Amino acid sequence: MADFSIEPIAEDALLVRFGDGIDSVTNARVHAAARALHAAHLAGLIDIAPAYATLLLRFETGSVSLSRTPALRAALDGTGGSDPEPVSRAPVDIPVCYGGACGIDLAAVADHTGLAPDAVVARHTAAAYSVAMLGFAPGFPYLLGLDPALSVPRRASPRTRVPKGAVAIGGAQTGIYPRELPGGWHLIGRTPLTLFDPTRDPPCLLAPGDRVRFQAIDAGEFAQLAGPRA
Amino acid sequence: MTLAVLTPGLQTTLQDAGRPGLAHLGIGRAGAFDAPALCIANALCGNPPATCALEATLLGPTLRCDRDAWIAVTGAALTLRINGTQCPTWAPVFVRAGSRIVLGPMRAGCRSYLAVRGGFGAAPVLGSRSTDLNAGIGPFNGCALRAGDALAVGSIPGPALPTRAAKWQLDPRPWLRIDPDAPLRMLPGAHEGCLTDASRAALFDAPFRIRTDSNRVGVRLAGPALAWQSPVEMISEGCIPGLVQLPPSGQPIALGPEGPVSGGYPRLGQIAAVDLPRLAQLRPGATLRFTRCTLAEAVHALERRTRALSHLAAAIATRLAQ
Repeated sequence: MADFSIEPIAEDALLVRFGDGIDSVTNARVHAAARALHAAHLAGLIDIAPAYATLLLRFETGSVSLSRTPALRAALDGTGGSDPEPVSRAPVDIPVCYGGACGIDLAAVADHTGLAPDAVVARHTAAAYSVAMLGFAPGFPYLLGLDPALSVPRRASPRTRVPKGAVAIGGAQTGIYPRELPGGWHLIGRTPLTLFDPTRDPPCLLAPGDRVRFQAIDAGEFAQLAGPRA
Repeated sequence: MTLAVLTPGLQTTLQDAGRPGLAHLGIGRAGAFDAPALCIANALCGNPPATCALEATLLGPTLRCDRDAWIAVTGAALTLRINGTQCPTWAPVFVRAGSRIVLGPMRAGCRSYLAVRGGFGAAPVLGSRSTDLNAGIGPFNGCALRAGDALAVGSIPGPALPTRAAKWQLDPRPWLRIDPDAPLRMLPGAHEGCLTDASRAALFDAPFRIRTDSNRVGVRLAGPALAWQSPVEMISEGCIPGLVQLPPSGQPIALGPEGPVSGGYPRLGQIAAVDLPRLAQLRPGATLRFTRCTLAEAVHALERRTRALSHLAAAIATRLAQ
């Protein structure tokens, strides 16, 4: 029996639902389905956009979303459960300068979690993450895999400016700000890497489903890697 | 040829049909908010429908062209003046080199489109010349036009520039429908049934006012506070323009072309695609109402509009060839 449902949400858009929670098993199912649909090359299918537990599909204007469900079911049936380990890229290593000017909330996160700042960094760099989805802003990765001991509720009042490259914790998730943006997550560090550059191909450093690891660097290495523009 | 921006107006951007296919990277489509108005402006210049044009907001720009040009203005109602002389909108207009083109304030509606024969030739970013102000993507680093900007104009093969004014103009009424009592059609969303009975009734009965903080990201509505029977929890899911969300404030937001590609606010409904141009033309202070619509009705209405638009484009092409 299919483990998904298909909900039409607009004339040209469908939502394929695999669950309603944030967990790595459901999210892996979403990415497996996205791969299956890419491989199926369905005519007129323009957008295949994964979220935590759903896949948004958009078709060419004028194509009736509901008429696509039989072809979708055929492409998606059998992609669950026995999905082979994805032939995904190697984990992407993200260098991060933690604390200090790069991570002004590291002390607050340490206070909240009852851990020493060094222990927060050790736990943040020890975990293996996966990109559940990109959203909020171009190239912003919502990462699954945060050590539950590091979970911290979002700030009561969001900041109007979070710097480009900020590595942050919001609730049970961690993410990276691709450019200066408003944001309510706790800033524990900063990466010198550019996550989004519209003139680059591909424009985003990370793709949905990618695996990610963080590596601690010091302020000197950050300055060196970031170059004069930081 | 270039068009120089003398004054930019309130918020004028380059827009085409947008950049589809990048939602998985967190990148929305952007593009003209009133898409049929863009297509018609281009048709009136003999351009392909998705050619890059200007989208102006509430107060249009003042421009100067350095060569003879062929332009057309559609969308919200305004007075177009070339060197001080009023010229028709919804018509092809021939402009002499050195002329001053003034779009002025909009009398009705919120967004006007100025197309030029050959289209604006800015370098595409991620496959489109659309400006996404919110994401900072597009020509001029994703910013609105400023005084002093120079807009390069492309060239396309076709008839030489006519030297006399056209003797006809389109009837804008089918394409600029501003009637606060004509509701926007909305497909009920996943959480509409979770509203209290009073709120469900209000959603499809009460007038909502367009707030002044509305923009291309979202049209923010003020009306009766809408309440849930019990708290609705959801995680972030994909969104498209026209989605009507209800944040904790109880005041709905209808997403525009620069809206986020995912979001976690509960969903009241999806404005029928055929009515998105009417959403685009609602100015701050205007009122709107919603009416319930089925997917089949929305699809049917969109197909009719698409046919009408292609008939109009063919009729314009015939007249331009005469």
